[in-house]
Amino acid sequence: MLRKIRISLQVVTMTLVTLLLLGIGFRVHLWAGWVAKIQFLPALMALNFGVLAMVIIAALLFGRIYCSVVCPLGIMQDFFSWLGGKAKKNRFSYAKENKVLRYGFLGVFALAIIIGFAPVTTLFEPYSAYSRIVNSLFKPLYDLLNNWLASMDAANDRYNFTEVQIWTRSVTTFVVAILTLLILAFLAWRKGRVYCNSICPVGTTLSFFSRFSLFRVRFDQDKCKHCGMCEKNCKAQAIDFKNGTVDYSRCVVCGNCLDKCKFDALHYTSQKPVAVSKPVDKERRAFLVGAAVAGTSAALAQTQMKVDGGLAAIEDKKAPKRQTPVTPPGSVSARHFEKHCTACQLCVSSCPNNVLRPSTDFMKLMQPVMSFERGYCRPECTRCSEVCPAGAIKPISREEKTTIHVGHAVWIKENCVVLRDGVSCGNCARHCPTGAILMIDYEGPNGTVQVPAVDENKCIGCGACEHLCPARPFSAIYVEGNEMHQIG
Amino acid sequence: MDRREFIKHIGGAAVATSVVLSACKSGDEKPQPLTGILDGQGEMTYRTNPNTGDKVSILGYGMMRLPVEGGGTFRDHPDANIDQEMVNQQIDYALEHGVNYFDTSPAYCKGLSEHATGIALARHPRNSYYIATKLSNFSPSTWSREASINMFENSLKELQTDYVDYLLLHSIGGTTKDLDSHQLFDTRYMDNGILDWLVEQKNAGRIHNLGFSYHGDVEIFDMLLRWHDEGRYHWDFVQIQMNYVDWHYADEYNTRNTDASYLYNELHRRGIPVVIMEPLLGGRLADQPDYIVKQMKEREPETPVARWAFRYAGTQEGVLVVLSGMTYMEHLVQNVATYSPLRPITPEEDEFLMKIAEEIMELKIVPCTACNYCMPCPYGLNIPAIFGYYNKSITDGAMPAGNREAKEYWEARKRFLIGYDRNIPALRQASHCIGCGHCKPECPQGIDIPTELHRIDDYVEQLKQL
Repeated sequence: MLRKIRISLQVVTMTLVTLLLLGIGFRVHLWAGWVAKIQFLPALMALNFGVLAMVIIAALLFGRIYCSVVCPLGIMQDFFSWLGGKAKKNRFSYAKENKVLRYGFLGVFALAIIIGFAPVTTLFEPYSAYSRIVNSLFKPLYDLLNNWLASMDAANDRYNFTEVQIWTRSVTTFVVAILTLLILAFLAWRKGRVYCNSICPVGTTLSFFSRFSLFRVRFDQDKCKHCGMCEKNCKAQAIDFKNGTVDYSRCVVCGNCLDKCKFDALHYTSQKPVAVSKPVDKERRAFLVGAAVAGTSAALAQTQMKVDGGLAAIEDKKAPKRQTPVTPPGSVSARHFEKHCTACQLCVSSCPNNVLRPSTDFMKLMQPVMSFERGYCRPECTRCSEVCPAGAIKPISREEKTTIHVGHAVWIKENCVVLRDGVSCGNCARHCPTGAILMIDYEGPNGTVQVPAVDENKCIGCGACEHLCPARPFSAIYVEGNEMHQIG
Repeated sequence: MDRREFIKHIGGAAVATSVVLSACKSGDEKPQPLTGILDGQGEMTYRTNPNTGDKVSILGYGMMRLPVEGGGTFRDHPDANIDQEMVNQQIDYALEHGVNYFDTSPAYCKGLSEHATGIALARHPRNSYYIATKLSNFSPSTWSREASINMFENSLKELQTDYVDYLLLHSIGGTTKDLDSHQLFDTRYMDNGILDWLVEQKNAGRIHNLGFSYHGDVEIFDMLLRWHDEGRYHWDFVQIQMNYVDWHYADEYNTRNTDASYLYNELHRRGIPVVIMEPLLGGRLADQPDYIVKQMKEREPETPVARWAFRYAGTQEGVLVVLSGMTYMEHLVQNVATYSPLRPITPEEDEFLMKIAEEIMELKIVPCTACNYCMPCPYGLNIPAIFGYYNKSITDGAMPAGNREAKEYWEARKRFLIGYDRNIPALRQASHCIGCGHCKPECPQGIDIPTELHRIDDYVEQLKQL
C-alpha cells in the first residue's frame, strides 16, 4: 500500500515537473509552477520559510518522504534502480552510513552557499540537476515534436502549436546534464539511492529530522523469520535484518521492504507493531516511466519553409563581449542573482523570446544571462520572474519592469550602418520601448547624417535596439549590464 | 485573394452543375446555382463599335490566366502545360453563350496564350468572334522595328488568322530605370516608326481597330488623346483600368494613378469606345470583408459579390467590353449569367457602391501585386509576403477588431500573430525595415514601401503589447 501510494505520487510529481520544464500545457507555469516552488533548496534560496517548515515537519512526521515523492532527481534514480532490479534481483545489502562523506560534503555545500560559490551550489542541487537534464536533453526532442505539430497545424489552418527555435544555449550545460544523467543512472542501477545518502545536501539535511520521525518502518521481531528479503531489496541500504534495525537517516520510505516481507514483519507506523495481516502480495507493475521518456518518442525532422529565390541571405548575429553580464529584470543585482540562483534552467526554457541562456562563466556556472541575438526582452513579458522557484528572479509586474534598468545601451560608431553603408536607419530609436534613443545630427564623412544617441537615464537594457540593429554579425548598439539594477 | 479562392466561395453545387453543362453542351440550359434569380434569364448584352459597327459582347474573355494541367494557372504550376482541352471547352461554352471578344497578348502565359487561343478559336468560323492582341514590350530586345514586325506577324501565325480585330499598344505610360514615360514611349513606338507601320497595316485591312492600353503616367494618355484630337492618329478604342474603387479612389491609394472617372470621361466625350480591364481590381472586389458582403447580400441575397463589380464595369454606355481573365468554367458561367442580359447599375445602386468603395478604402489595404520588383531587400525582408499577409488578414476579416474584452478579439489576435510568424520568418518581418529606401523607386505601383512596413510593424507591436 505504502509503495503504491509512493509510486502514484511519484508519477504525479514527475509529470508536473516535466510538463513545467518542457513548457507543455496552456499557461503551465500557473498551474504546475508550485511543484518547482516546493523544492527544498530553491525554497531555501528564496527564504520561503513556509515551504521549508512544511518539508521539515513532514520529515519529522513521516521520514524522508520528500526524497521519494517531491524530489525529481530522486524519482529519476528510483526509475534506474528499478531497471537495475529487473536485471539482478535482491541485489542490495546493508551498508554503514558514510558520515565523513555525508557531513563533510554538506559542510562544503553550506560554505559554497554562504560565500556564493555558484559552481558547487548549482551542480549539486538535486532539482536543478534534474531540470537541466530535461532542459538539455528532452526539451530539444519535445521542440522537434512541437514544430512538427506546428507544421501540421499550419497546413490545416489551426493555431494550437507555434514553431519554436531549437538551439544549444550552452555546450557546458549540455555536457554537465549528460554527465549527471549517466553517472546517476549508473549509480542508481548498481547501488540504489547511494547518491542521495552520501552526497545530496538536501538528503543529508533532511536526515537530521527523519531520524526522529514519528511514522517509520518498524520490525515486528515476533514475526520476522530473518529471511533477509527486506535488506536485499532496500535501495537505501539502510536495513540491517540481522539486528532488526533500520537507519532512519537514510530510509526514504519507499515501501519496497514492506511489500517484499512475506511474513508481515515490517510495518510503517507510529507505534510498536500490532499484527494486522494482509498476505496478498501482488507485484505491481511500475508505471513511473512518465512523461519524461514519452517526450522522446518522436524524433521527427523539422519541415522548413522553402526560401524564395529573391531573398537576401541574413548573417547570424554574434553576441558581443559584455563587461558586465545582463541579468533578468527582477534579479535585483548580479550579487543577489548569483547567490540565489540554483541554475535549474526553468527560466531559460520558459523564456519565449530566446533571450536567456546559461552562463559559461565558471563563477556563475550555468546561471542564466541575457543576450539578444535571437530576440529581446519584450516589454509585455515577465515570464522568468513568474517561474523562478529560488527567488533569484523576484516576481515583478509589467509596469515595474519598465522601471527596472538591467543595463544600458552603448553605441558602437564603427558598426553603425548610417556611417558604414551610408544609408538612413534609426531602427533602434523606432523600436525603443522607453524612448531612450534619440536620433541626432552627426557630421559624418559624407555630410550630416542622423545617428542614435542613448539617454542613459531612460534606457532599461531590454535589448530591442541590439536585436533589431541591422548591423551584422555585431550590432552597432548593444547592452552593457548594470551590476545593481537601478529602479525608477 | 485570387480567382481560385474566389471559386471556393461559389460552392460545390455550382461546380457540379457546370461540369454537367460543359459536357452536354446544350446551349439553353441555365446553371441555376450560379446565376441567382435576377440574372442569366435572357440573352447576352452587346455593344456596338461606332467605327466598324462590330456587335461586341459586353463580356470579353481575357486569355491571361489560362488553366494548366494539374489545376490552377502558371502561377501555381510554373512548369505545367496549358490545359488545351479545358481551354477549348471554355471557349466553346463562351461562344455558344454569346461571348465574342477574346483578348490575348504575345506576353501572356509565358508566351503561350496566343497559341492556345488560336487552336481553340480556329475550330470556329473566323467571323463569329473578335480577336484582340497586343504589341507587347516585355523586353528591350523586342523594341526594334524588325522585332516588332516579327511579333505582329507571329501573332497572326499563332492565332491562325490573317487579320487582328483589335490591336493594342501594350501598357503605355510606364517607365524604366533609365527612361521616363516620354522617353520610353518614343523609344518603343515612335523612333522605330512602328506606330506608323501599324497604321499602314490597318489601312491594309490586317488590323481592324487600333488602340492602346494604359497604366501609369497620365501625361502619355493625355498626349495620345491630343494626337487623336489633332487628327495625327485615330484611336479606335482604348483599354483602361476601371471598377467602382478606381472610379474615384485610384489616385488615393496610389498617387501615380489617375481616377478612372477622368480616363473614361476623356474617352467618352471623344466617342472612343472603352475596353475595361481589372473590373475586379485583381480579384479584390470578389473577396470582401464580411460586413461588406453582408450589405451586398442584404440587397440581393442570391447575387454573387463579384457580380456587383461586373455590373458596375458594364453600366457606362461608352464601355464596349469588360474583360475577365476566367481560369475556371465556373467563372465563365457566372459571368455569362451576369451579362445575359446586363442589369445596369441604377443611380441609387451607384451611390451604394460608392459607399462600399469608401469602406474598402478605409480598409487601408496595401496595393501590392507581389510583382517582386522590390526584392531582394538588402536587409533580408520579404516585402511582398508581409504585404500579402497583412492584406489577406484585412479582406478575410481576420484582423482583431471590436470589443477588446471579448474572447473573439483575443482569438483573432492570437491567429494574426501566429500566422504572421508562420508566413514570414522573424528575421524577415517588418520590424527589420530600417527605412533605407532602396525598394521605393522599384515599385511599379508607387507604394511608399518603408512607410507601409513601419505602419504594419507598429500595428503588430501594438498587438503584441496588449
